[in-house]
Amino acid sequence: MATAQAAQMETKWWSGGKSPFNVEYGKLMMWYFLMSDAFTFGAFLISYGTIRFSQNYWPDPNQVFNAFPFAGHANLPLAFVSLMTFILIVSSVTMVLAVHAGHHNDRKGVIKWMIWTILGGIAFLACQAWEWTHLITGDHAVLINGKVEHIGTTVSRNPWGAAVPGMAHDGHALTTTGPVAFGGYFFGITGFHGFHVFSGVIINIIMLIMTMNGVFDRRGHYLMIEKAGLYWHFVDLVWVFVFLCFYLI
Amino acid sequence: MEHQSTPEVTFHHEPGGKEVVQRIIRTTVILSVITLIELALGFGIYFLHKNPDPSAALILFMKGVIVILSLLKAFYIVGVFMHLGDEIRNLIMTIVVPLLLFVWFIAAFLWDGDSWKMLRNTDGHSKAATEQTSHPAPSTQGHGQGH
Repeated sequence: MATAQAAQMETKWWSGGKSPFNVEYGKLMMWYFLMSDAFTFGAFLISYGTIRFSQNYWPDPNQVFNAFPFAGHANLPLAFVSLMTFILIVSSVTMVLAVHAGHHNDRKGVIKWMIWTILGGIAFLACQAWEWTHLITGDHAVLINGKVEHIGTTVSRNPWGAAVPGMAHDGHALTTTGPVAFGGYFFGITGFHGFHVFSGVIINIIMLIMTMNGVFDRRGHYLMIEKAGLYWHFVDLVWVFVFLCFYLI
Repeated sequence: MEHQSTPEVTFHHEPGGKEVVQRIIRTTVILSVITLIELALGFGIYFLHKNPDPSAALILFMKGVIVILSLLKAFYIVGVFMHLGDEIRNLIMTIVVPLLLFVWFIAAFLWDGDSWKMLRNTDGHSKAATEQTSHPAPSTQGHGQGH
């Protein structure tokens, strides 16, 4: 190991004839694609931050995201999103193990871990589908133009406004409408992230089929699994920040 | 991909299997523990908000800690799971240095948002203008409180 490092130090990387970055073209380009994608997500999240900073009132995430499937109206803040975060971390771990099996040309290992990764991705998408449905169809009593209306959270309507003092409806506190930007940003950014998860699942399924057909064994290396792995980890990385910006703070 | 081998790679970094798996397990534990601490802080903020008069400074501090913990998680995911830490220095720098743009990006735009809020609250004229252009919402709330 130490001798390999010493040899690396002495190598003239820029004298030609070899990749100065010591990686394959495809992997390097995957890194640069992910860097540009990080700026896309960053721009979305920063724009959300700007609008949120410009408002006097912003909905409390613990109030908005407090539901859990089959738990009825129980108040469980952070619970469901913790499950989603955990699912994505675990699927990231199974992906690393698939890449690791690929390094050792272990086809059975790659197949096993890719299947688990794909299942994790599908589970995450299912969770997101449930959460979206719950937000869009979950009606809340809101005071609009002096009348009580029941509205869900969409890109154009937001029932999560400030409470109207001294007014209640069916035992629940009555609120005004909240800033519309809330729904737009939430559905836009989690939707864009969900689209990345979806395409990641499709890419992983293609990689699984190629592995099963022995394409990478014939090629002599499992580099494609590494590249798909980079993309999948990036999806997990973005979720760290979506989780931070929408649910935690 | 027609080529059989990958001639671009001069040095392969593939240490023994056990060592790598141990590092993956250790990183998984670190990521899970950080997430649990973040959740604990999140619940802390939730219960602080139940107070009639929560300490704004304390909540801001806890949110700051959560942001730093998230950056730590990002460091572990990129460094270990994506193996960026194993690449050679030149490659790491071409990925990390451009990301420094985020420092300006975040500071400038959050500052802008804050200034927008100040204009909204202090200048009656621009207040009405910004609310009309930026929120084609059902206009229900009374002025001052609503948004």
